[in-house]
Amino acid sequence: MEVYFDNSATTRCSDGARELMVQALSRDYGNPSSLHGKGLEGENYIKDAMAKIAKTMKINGSELIFTSGGTESNNLAIIGAAMANKRSGMHLITTRVEHPAVAAPINFLEEQGFLVTYLDVDQNGVISLEQLREAVTPETILVSIMYVNNEIGAVEPIAEAAKIIKEQNAQTLFHVDAIQAYGKYVIHPSRLGIDLMSVSGHKIHGPKGVGFLYVREKTKLKPVIFGGGQQRNLRSGTENVPGIAGLGQAAWEAYEEFEAKQAHLYKLKDAFIKGLAEEEWAHINGLTGEKSAPHIVSLSVDGVRSEVLLHALEERHIYVSAGSACSSNKPAASAVLQAIGVKREYLESTVRISFCAENTLEEVEYCLENLKELVYMLRKYIRR
Amino acid sequence: MFKAFLIKYGEIGIKGKNRHLFEDALIHQIKYALKPVEGEFLISKEQGRIYIEAQTEYDYEETVESLKRVFGIVGICPVVLVPDQGFEQLASDVIAYLDKRYPDKNKTFKVNARRAKKSYPMSSMEVNAALGERILDAFPEFKVDVHHPDIMVNVELRGQINIYSEVIPGPGGMPVGTNGKGMLLLSGGIDSPVAGYMIAKRGVKIDAVYFHAPPYTSERAKQKVVDLARLVARYTGPIYLKVVNFTDIQMYIYEECPHEELTIIMRRYMMRIAEHFAQETGSLGLITGESIGQVASQTMQSLAATNEVCTMPVYRPLIGFDKQEIIELSEKIGTYETSILPYEDCCTIFVAKHPVTKPNLKIIRRSETHLEEKIDEMVKKAIDTTETIRVE
Repeated sequence: MEVYFDNSATTRCSDGARELMVQALSRDYGNPSSLHGKGLEGENYIKDAMAKIAKTMKINGSELIFTSGGTESNNLAIIGAAMANKRSGMHLITTRVEHPAVAAPINFLEEQGFLVTYLDVDQNGVISLEQLREAVTPETILVSIMYVNNEIGAVEPIAEAAKIIKEQNAQTLFHVDAIQAYGKYVIHPSRLGIDLMSVSGHKIHGPKGVGFLYVREKTKLKPVIFGGGQQRNLRSGTENVPGIAGLGQAAWEAYEEFEAKQAHLYKLKDAFIKGLAEEEWAHINGLTGEKSAPHIVSLSVDGVRSEVLLHALEERHIYVSAGSACSSNKPAASAVLQAIGVKREYLESTVRISFCAENTLEEVEYCLENLKELVYMLRKYIRR
Repeated sequence: MFKAFLIKYGEIGIKGKNRHLFEDALIHQIKYALKPVEGEFLISKEQGRIYIEAQTEYDYEETVESLKRVFGIVGICPVVLVPDQGFEQLASDVIAYLDKRYPDKNKTFKVNARRAKKSYPMSSMEVNAALGERILDAFPEFKVDVHHPDIMVNVELRGQINIYSEVIPGPGGMPVGTNGKGMLLLSGGIDSPVAGYMIAKRGVKIDAVYFHAPPYTSERAKQKVVDLARLVARYTGPIYLKVVNFTDIQMYIYEECPHEELTIIMRRYMMRIAEHFAQETGSLGLITGESIGQVASQTMQSLAATNEVCTMPVYRPLIGFDKQEIIELSEKIGTYETSILPYEDCCTIFVAKHPVTKPNLKIIRRSETHLEEKIDEMVKKAIDTTETIRVE
């Protein structure tokens, strides 16, 4: 049996998305900017994708900018918003548990003279709304908070945060990195009070190399990529038509029978966690059940290095992710695990298991069986 | 502008009656090195010289880069070959060559003629003087400097006359294949690829053995070793890489022996297995990247302890090198960037916090008796399941 439990790294591209992409690559290959009929064919794929995505979020298709993926969406949102609004203030707010695709552009802005407040998180990775309330000032132009944490599956209180931000400063823009949340939750950004929201294609069974940024109407944004003026001058470059078509299809499929799929994911996650309840070596990081994301489990295994466990599981055709990349030459403990106060000895012993709706309970059982067997074996060789 | 190269080889020129064997080996290695290069070449030897003549259009830079990796070559001279049609013709050929090769004429030069064909009507000294005069007539900006010239105009009077002024240094050493074969213990680190390079430089053909310990070492770590072997093979020719699954042995030692002796005992088994393959495939010695005192397992005492299990000579070409010197060499031969990729190798995982640095042979031998029950079987299994990869 092959068990792929690394769906937060990437997912298999859906058949529907793939078929549409092949069509757009080989039959309807026109450049949407071309004036002739071939160009129109290309443009229609984009319109179609916009309509599909818009429907999942109850927005207008014109509020979408297609990008090369989650990282670019985050860069465009953060750098673009900062550049467009710096005359109103130079203050930014974010959290200590953001993905590098948010943390790094913010760090870049900090070097450019912006002032940044980093919100702390509790032992479950959740921010404090009180701290947020105190942090927002008349100078605050942007708050960036992730919806679901990619390492531990913590869910941030996005709706409440939006409310507080707007109460404190109606001008402050709110960006949400929803790369691990879109497709797992129903998100209506305009109702929640989100101004900018990043999504990636390949985390939702779409293709790699494509994503989008939701930009609420009238939001002031500057481009970070300059050129021929495509996509209302906010993202120049010929549109990745096949990628966008695949993304649109994947987005549509993600919300088909949504409630059943979400419930199925929670069932898998609960079964996995319950299956380890008796093991004194197993420690689940963060919250469980419906207070956490349905598809991510962060597991620390007492005395077994994550890389070793990962490769041992790999030999049984079970694919998971190391909670933090560690190696003899380059120790790099996860900032997220440190921020939630994970014990020192667990920093290098944490793996991430992430499900998709295609996974089954049998796969969870198979994984648990092998995990227990391997951990028992590997723990015999704890470093003495 | 060059269609030919004159290859200079130092050391192998003096090997007496064996000389032709060395020359043939060098030609073989040159052919191997030029195989992937765009273009076709004719390689010939004549009076202690090897000539490479391009038969088609070819890539000059790529050719020189490839030749710089052939052990045995001391100098690579891009050369112009002209037929002997009298001194007048020679003078105009030399002037044409200099004009084309050195657009900037503000240089000093010296003519260095050698009369290999003794029937040539002028002596070397006469050619030097007469050619110098003609060059000065043609390019008045040129100046003669017999001590430190910018340009040494070499003119060799042979069947064909050789004109060249540039000697690109080769790697030296001796052609691979002229000095038997050795078995390199290759890890994913910085040192062992350099050790392989050093021994191959003395004409030794190389095979290699790598100890893989899944799941403690990943597929990527193994791929890294294959990549390193490929980089070394650019100098040595094809390498047969033995990949030994070492996990069971390592675990067994870990279970049965004192932890601080683990590395030493592990290395003793690696040497035993490497020696087995060396004997099986006709290698005459083992090669390691050890240097005295670099780590606990490389003190004089530790080296003695690992050395004890071998009957074959163990060559340690880096024995007196500092780490920085090894790094510089690995950068020079192009293995450094790959060596520092951060994948685990099996030596780093089970390392004790305080390994023995002065192992006592008696104690090590006694610890190994704890392994008696299963170890022979495990070693046999490791040998039987070893995978051989041809790398080039």
